[in-house]
Amino acid sequence: MAGFLTEPELVALGLSLRVALVAVLCSLPIAFLSALVLARCQFRGKTLVDGLIHLPLVLPPVALGYLLLISLGTRAPLGAFLLQNFGIRFVFSWTGAALASAILTFPFQVRAIRLSLEAQDRGLAEAAETLGAGPFDRVMSLYLPLAVPGILAGAVTAFAACLGEFGAIITFVSNIPGETQTIPLAIYAAIQSPGGEAAAARLAALSILLALAGLVFADIVARRARAALGQ
Amino acid sequence: MSAGISLRHRLGAFELDVAFKFGDEPGVTALFGPSGAGKSTVINAIAGLLKPQFGRIVLNGETLLDTERGVSVAARARRLGVVFQDTRLFPHLDVESNLLYGWRRALVKTEPSRIAAVTTLLGLEGLLRRRPRTLSGGERSRVALGRALLMNPRALLLDEPLAALDSALKAEILPYLERLVRETKIPMLYVSHSLDEVARLADRMIVIDKGRVAAEGSVFELTARLDLIAGHELLPGAVLEAKIAGHDEAHGLTELELAGELLVVPRIARPKDDIVRIRIDAQDVMLALVRPDGVSANNILPVLITAIKEEGANADVQLALNDARLVARITRRSLERLALKEGARVFAVIKSVTVGGREHS
Repeated sequence: MAGFLTEPELVALGLSLRVALVAVLCSLPIAFLSALVLARCQFRGKTLVDGLIHLPLVLPPVALGYLLLISLGTRAPLGAFLLQNFGIRFVFSWTGAALASAILTFPFQVRAIRLSLEAQDRGLAEAAETLGAGPFDRVMSLYLPLAVPGILAGAVTAFAACLGEFGAIITFVSNIPGETQTIPLAIYAAIQSPGGEAAAARLAALSILLALAGLVFADIVARRARAALGQ
Repeated sequence: MSAGISLRHRLGAFELDVAFKFGDEPGVTALFGPSGAGKSTVINAIAGLLKPQFGRIVLNGETLLDTERGVSVAARARRLGVVFQDTRLFPHLDVESNLLYGWRRALVKTEPSRIAAVTTLLGLEGLLRRRPRTLSGGERSRVALGRALLMNPRALLLDEPLAALDSALKAEILPYLERLVRETKIPMLYVSHSLDEVARLADRMIVIDKGRVAAEGSVFELTARLDLIAGHELLPGAVLEAKIAGHDEAHGLTELELAGELLVVPRIARPKDDIVRIRIDAQDVMLALVRPDGVSANNILPVLITAIKEEGANADVQLALNDARLVARITRRSLERLALKEGARVFAVIKSVTVGGREHS
């Protein structure tokens, strides 16, 4: 691989993987909680919450990037607050790319986890209740382990989607090699520069390979998980 | 404080309104009735999985539900072991973890030695590492029973635990249930629509029909009642307790002493003087006006006709053998031909091979 790719391209690959991994790992617990609330609770305004969670699916990524920029930029109130009190800066940083990717792929995770929660036999929860399990106990001992196939499926799908994120990242954190230039941004930069067609082709091929590997991996993981759960 | 259960719950056109005694003493109380009679609603309400509109549940002096006083103990704090018809084993846990699920969460802890005792009692030693999906239906039922037992319940609620099994598997589980009844002192409420299971396991019986209690009493008394036979899909037949008087090893038979008379049945593997429970189906009992001679049947018992109920082509005849009750189902034509009347003394003819036995201490 190292012979096939140049040094900057390898950096872009590593950055893409890091951004996607951090985005998925950080948003997964929140996605599980959201899915749990949507699958198990009835409350007023549920449709609104459901809509908000799914909003990134229909929102133009560039618009989201713009929203993030004006709210988390260092001169925006929230962005300034985070920087002064916690030293957290999202703009022009790879963490900002991860944040944008996490928001955009959040619906994929919630949807997959919610489906697997809703498919669970409610009778099992009743049995757990008669055996002495309280609400939190039931989540940890029953809902969570039984939802593992859905959680993995959602995570892998979101991870693959993160690898392709472009609009929100370039708008929010710009195209900085080594910091925010993930593979799609590197492809864009290569096309923009004279004589960059070969590099663009290599990176595009790499994207396709990664996507295929992701799909195969997701399938294997989901099958393994279902088998382990006896489904 | 009156112990027992009273529930009222309306669901659409169906209305449940029942009150009965349960939980004060060990032994099996059968909740018997046709499908849709409201049996599962009763179990769910007692377990705390369904909140009835009105109800009072007092078990062993503790109020679990009193809608008038606003008392409702959460299901997880009721300490009632529920065995569901569909077992509801946790698919992601092996048998051992399923068994320990309730034991770990028990409000009143039991010794770890109890785990081994229950495992042995139900014959689960070889299954501990298996997942529920790999078990047979009968094995799953036994694990569900063990899981409920190990939570150290104050009572067991069994919701048709054998209904999903075929007759061969039922025959495999029933001996385990009988041992359970013998060896644990936990009151059990056993929902069933099979008289065979009720006959083998239960001491008391509550007949539920259309959301109401139709009858309540001992199994021996209720199974011989003709009015219940007709209305409740009961396969007519009496449940009796008899003492083992001796064995005829050469012929593979056992002689039972039943209300002062001798009854010969297929061999029951129990020592002399043990009390066993048997069931005599009404259609296996013939009636004769005089003591028949030269018949193959081993058992000819002098009985008194105490009641007759005619329905369709059949007539159910209740017979008293001293203080025991039998039922004979004959045709109405035979009834007229023999001119059978209440108070008449006749002979009941029972083929040995038809009598089903049961071990009971």
